Amino acid sequence: MTVQVKLFASLAASQGWRDKAVAHRAAMSVHDTWREAAGGAALPPRVLCARNHEYCRLDTPVADGDEVAFFPPVTGG
Amino acid sequence: MTVRVMGEAFDPWRALADHVLPVPAAQCGATAVFVGHMRDVNEGDAVARMELEHYPGMTERHLEAICAAAASRWALIDTLVVHRVGVLAPADPIVLVAVWSAHRAEAFEACRFIMEDLKSRAPFWKKETLPEGSRWVEMNTPGHT
Repeated sequence: MTVQVKLFASLAASQGWRDKAVAHRAAMSVHDTWREAAGGAALPPRVLCARNHEYCRLDTPVADGDEVAFFPPVTGG
Repeated sequence: MTVRVMGEAFDPWRALADHVLPVPAAQCGATAVFVGHMRDVNEGDAVARMELEHYPGMTERHLEAICAAAASRWALIDTLVVHRVGVLAPADPIVLVAVWSAHRAEAFEACRFIMEDLKSRAPFWKKETLPEGSRWVEMNTPGHT
C-alpha cells in the first residue's frame, strides 16, 4: 500500500532526496503525495509532475502502487 | 519508429547510415535531419562540460509518444530519435531527429514538431560545469517564432 515518489534534477538537489515511498490512502492526489513525502516543504513554483510516466495535474488521483514524479522545467535537446 | 537514449557518445551520421528503413529507400523522397551539439558557452559563460539527467522510462515513453503523434499528423515513412545522457564535452552530439517521408513538406514539419516537443516536454535536464562551479540550466531557448 505505497506510492513511490521521485524527484529529479535541481528539485532533487534542493530537497536533498530523490526517491521515497509514502503510504497510500483513500482519495489521495498527486499533490498529497508531495505533502506526505516533503515533510512540510512547500511545492516550489513551476514544478511539473507525472504519474506513471505521464504528465498529470496536481489534483490527479493516485492509486496504490503508482509512481509519482516531480521535476523542474525540462531542458533537453 | 526508433527511439534511443544513449549513455555513451554517439555519432549521429553513423546512426543515420546504419538506420534500416521499413521500405525501399527509393520510396523516401525526403529525409529531414536535425542534430544538436553541446556549445562551449551559455549565457555569456564558458562551459567546460555538461551533465544530462533524465527520467528513465518516462523519457522513452514520451519520445515514442511524440513520434507517434507526428506519424498521425503527417504521412511519414519512419522516424529516428537519439538523445544523449550522462557527461558531455563541448561539441559532443546531444540529439538527433530524423524523419523520412515521400515529400519534403511532411519531413521538414514533422522534424521540427518532434524537436520542439522534445525541447519543451521530454524529461531531460542539463547541468553545466563552469570555471567557478556548476549550475542547472533553468530553461531552454525559445524555438518556434
